[in-house]
Amino acid sequence: MPGGESTTILKLMQKFNLAIPLKELARSGLPIWGTCAGMICLAKGVYNGMEGLAVMDMSVKRNAFGNQINSFESNLPIPPLGDEPFPAVFIRAPFIERAGPRVEILARLPEGTAVAARQGKLLATAFHPEFTSDLRVHSYFLKMATSPERRQ
Amino acid sequence: MNKGTWTTKTGLARSLKGGVIMDVTTPEQAKIAEDAGACAVMALERVPADIRADGGVARMADPNIILAIRKAVSIPVMAKCRIGHFAEAQVLEALEVDFIDESEVLTPADESHHIWKHNFKVPFVCGCRDLGEALRRIAEGAAMIRTKGEAGTGNIVEAVRHMRAVQGEIHRLWATPVDELITEAKRIGAPIELVKQVHDAGGLMVVNFAAGGIATPADAALMMQLGAEGVFVGSGIFKSSDPQNMAKAIVEAVTHYQDPSIVAESSRGLGSAMPGLEISSIPREELLAARGE
Repeated sequence: MPGGESTTILKLMQKFNLAIPLKELARSGLPIWGTCAGMICLAKGVYNGMEGLAVMDMSVKRNAFGNQINSFESNLPIPPLGDEPFPAVFIRAPFIERAGPRVEILARLPEGTAVAARQGKLLATAFHPEFTSDLRVHSYFLKMATSPERRQ
Repeated sequence: MNKGTWTTKTGLARSLKGGVIMDVTTPEQAKIAEDAGACAVMALERVPADIRADGGVARMADPNIILAIRKAVSIPVMAKCRIGHFAEAQVLEALEVDFIDESEVLTPADESHHIWKHNFKVPFVCGCRDLGEALRRIAEGAAMIRTKGEAGTGNIVEAVRHMRAVQGEIHRLWATPVDELITEAKRIGAPIELVKQVHDAGGLMVVNFAAGGIATPADAALMMQLGAEGVFVGSGIFKSSDPQNMAKAIVEAVTHYQDPSIVAESSRGLGSAMPGLEISSIPREELLAARGE
């Protein structure tokens, strides 16, 4: 699920009857990766009046770093991807405020903020790996998607 | 940690793709736009149709208007500065607007030069009528491009002309042999490095929206099918008889521009669109698109 304006995405999902089928697909084990607004869509909670799909047991904070002038790039350590930090691009990004026991936090910013997580075959990143040429998160998602692991 | 990079600037533009950016003049209008599914709002003192009717010098909006609008919504807030007026842009950056539109809709402050936008951390969008103009603005640091169209007219003809010009020239450059690119760069008045990039990629290096004359859901679907990656709607929403439903309908038409049955459904019962203006009825010196070249 792509980045963009989460309010718009969630409204259109509701209007064109995508929310319930997507929830069911996620619960039946379809691998889904959400970046930025996509991460908000996967989360539990109400965001600018719109409910997330609540398929991952976590709540996030929207626009958590402030206005666009605070958007940033950061070399982010993501242990499952190896020692080399990942060039993470945060655009008016959210972060993970609370995560339940089934959610594994994959990456944190230096101050401790959680910005990537996995629950079964669901992956969420607050940043945009698709804006860089580093394909390691894409590879990680493909491996995750094809692994025989049980559903969440 | 790096802020205000080319990637964060063009990244926000990419996040707006497939969306509708709406002109608003009050917090109430901003709320209507957000509720309708706008991906961003443009905070203004007057919509282009009123600027056109009122005449006089059109400037950057009062900061109080911009701040009140930002308080009312949580989607990105854009604001316009005059062409070449880098001090207005500095003020908008100090107010932390999310995007600055260096816009021909306002009265130009500099008839020869645009702002050197690389000096800013906030991204800029600029208007263009053809590929050469688009690449000159990108060379100056614009992280997003839009057609100029002819704002405040409710007449789509100029936006269509500009979008076809940009797309046609991209196709031509893509097919031009590499040893002829220098001559092409000279002909369209654009830096060779950017001309070469367009030739290699077969497309622009930044997001390109349509603007200037969109008044109906079908206008929006037309521009998307001509290659726009999203649309700005200026006067088209709040000068229509039913802004709430017009705003929703245009969002739906941009999302489903390839599905005429959804555009048809969205277009039903919207009341009257904004009153339109024939371009030939506008005195030449009042045409906005000619500004800033």
